[in-house]
Amino acid sequence: MTIDERQDQIIEDFALFDDWMDKYEYIIQLGKELPIIDEKYKTEENIIKGCQSKVWLHADYEGGKLIFTADSDAIITKGLVSMVVQVLSGQTPQDIVKANLYFMNEIGLQNHLSPTRSNGLLAMLKQIKLYALAYQTQTMNAS
Amino acid sequence: MPANLSLETSIQLDIQKIRADFPILQTQVYGKPLVYLDNAATTQKPKLVLDAIQDYYTQYNSNVHRGVHFLSQKATAAYEDARKKVTAFINAKHAHEVIFTRGTTDGINLVASSFGRKFLEKGDSIVISAIEHHSNIVPWQMICEERGASIKVIPVNEKGELVLDTLDELLDDKVKLVAVTYISNTLGTINPVKEIVARAHQQNIPVLVDAAQAAPHLPLDVQDLDVDFMAFSAHKMYGPTGFGALYGKEEWLNQIPPYQGGGDMIKSVSFKKTTYNELPLKFEAGTPSIAEGIAFGAAIDYINSIGLPNIQEAESQLYAYAVDALSTIEELRFIGEAHNRAASISFLVGDAHPFDIGEILDKQGIAVRTGHHCTEPIMQYFNIPGTVRASIAIYNTTEEIDKLVTGIKKAVTLLS
Repeated sequence: MTIDERQDQIIEDFALFDDWMDKYEYIIQLGKELPIIDEKYKTEENIIKGCQSKVWLHADYEGGKLIFTADSDAIITKGLVSMVVQVLSGQTPQDIVKANLYFMNEIGLQNHLSPTRSNGLLAMLKQIKLYALAYQTQTMNAS
Repeated sequence: MPANLSLETSIQLDIQKIRADFPILQTQVYGKPLVYLDNAATTQKPKLVLDAIQDYYTQYNSNVHRGVHFLSQKATAAYEDARKKVTAFINAKHAHEVIFTRGTTDGINLVASSFGRKFLEKGDSIVISAIEHHSNIVPWQMICEERGASIKVIPVNEKGELVLDTLDELLDDKVKLVAVTYISNTLGTINPVKEIVARAHQQNIPVLVDAAQAAPHLPLDVQDLDVDFMAFSAHKMYGPTGFGALYGKEEWLNQIPPYQGGGDMIKSVSFKKTTYNELPLKFEAGTPSIAEGIAFGAAIDYINSIGLPNIQEAESQLYAYAVDALSTIEELRFIGEAHNRAASISFLVGDAHPFDIGEILDKQGIAVRTGHHCTEPIMQYFNIPGTVRASIAIYNTTEEIDKLVTGIKKAVTLLS
């Protein structure tokens, strides 16, 4: 699936829920299902700055694609992180760099997120794009 | 203030009538009535205070202490009237012992900077406590670093009470000042300030009290406490943000140099020599926040109209109610269980992150604080990332506490 197809899938999933309780329940569920980052990557340098709760993000480069794993000490944050990972993990650096992430707005979550949470999420997206950019540059230099 | 209404007199305040004074309490959040339990961060403002700001800007906006014209005189009178109200509120001996500041943090920085530059030398130390807010840690660290001095810390026990057995040991002849909070913003602990002051004074060491959390909840009497400096903020006392007061004993304020230069703090300036103004203006550089100062006076009028002893009694009943109600939640554990507590209740629920609890409460219209509350050292002591904190004010009700309990239970279900 492309990045946009995955975003549309999440938007569709969220359309099923009317009230915030259900949305949150779903996010919490996603948080619980998130493939956990390897303990050895839970380092100071893998912590995303700008999150009030802690988020660890790790990137692996396999067969031309970037694989992200992540974790958070707060479960709602973890759910949000999980969605971002679902959308962006397993994609090429090129696609990640040019990705336009609209699903957050579409599922109406942006309005519900506290500024500290949105900032944390933006910080995470920025970090992911930085990884992608680094690998894109690397592969371009190699070719 | 009514002459010492004893705490035994059970006065039933009409909380609904008080609530009607606060327009914001009628608002809804996510379609639910607002339950505001973040009062330790800032309190809501009664109409009296809002009107004072509006009246100043619409009727006599003008600079203070300079103009000879009608508006300026009116503004100066109102602004200085606020100083008199603060003076009476804390029972200071003189109005010129009340320095207007931008708030508690500003007041503490003033003392750290001015007192530190005058009295701190290499090898000296400042004693603070383990449960201080960052505002009563960082300014001291900054000046200590500058002067080659160091910080010593009064330890805390697992209940969140200061271990005062160690105090006399800490207070050696290198200690130049003790700075402690009256009420912990995180744990709600009420420190035995009078005792700390007495013991410090035995060694001729002055004491600064951070009264940011105490001023809206306890009657303050600087002469009875015998404190040397005391800082507090208007916005935690139903007044506006960006304004506060620093009390200092005249003898100390006369000994320490001005904090900032310019504006009201000078008597005369030539390029050779500047002579400083007298107290309190010596410490009040530049045009102050005039509307806020006047509104601070109105906030004190408001508190006085209810009476701090009455507020204290009503709030301590609500506090006890809240502790009991929260205790019914099996997964909940309190962080800070000092014998003597007020205003703030910190807790954790199961192994849920405080942020998650706070967010789910928010969706139910309940405003609490989550995080380390700018008291990171105490979080490190308890080895936790933060707490959920509910903090009360005079307009809070038992029904709101019930909603908090229901809200937490909902969060527990959702998160488990």
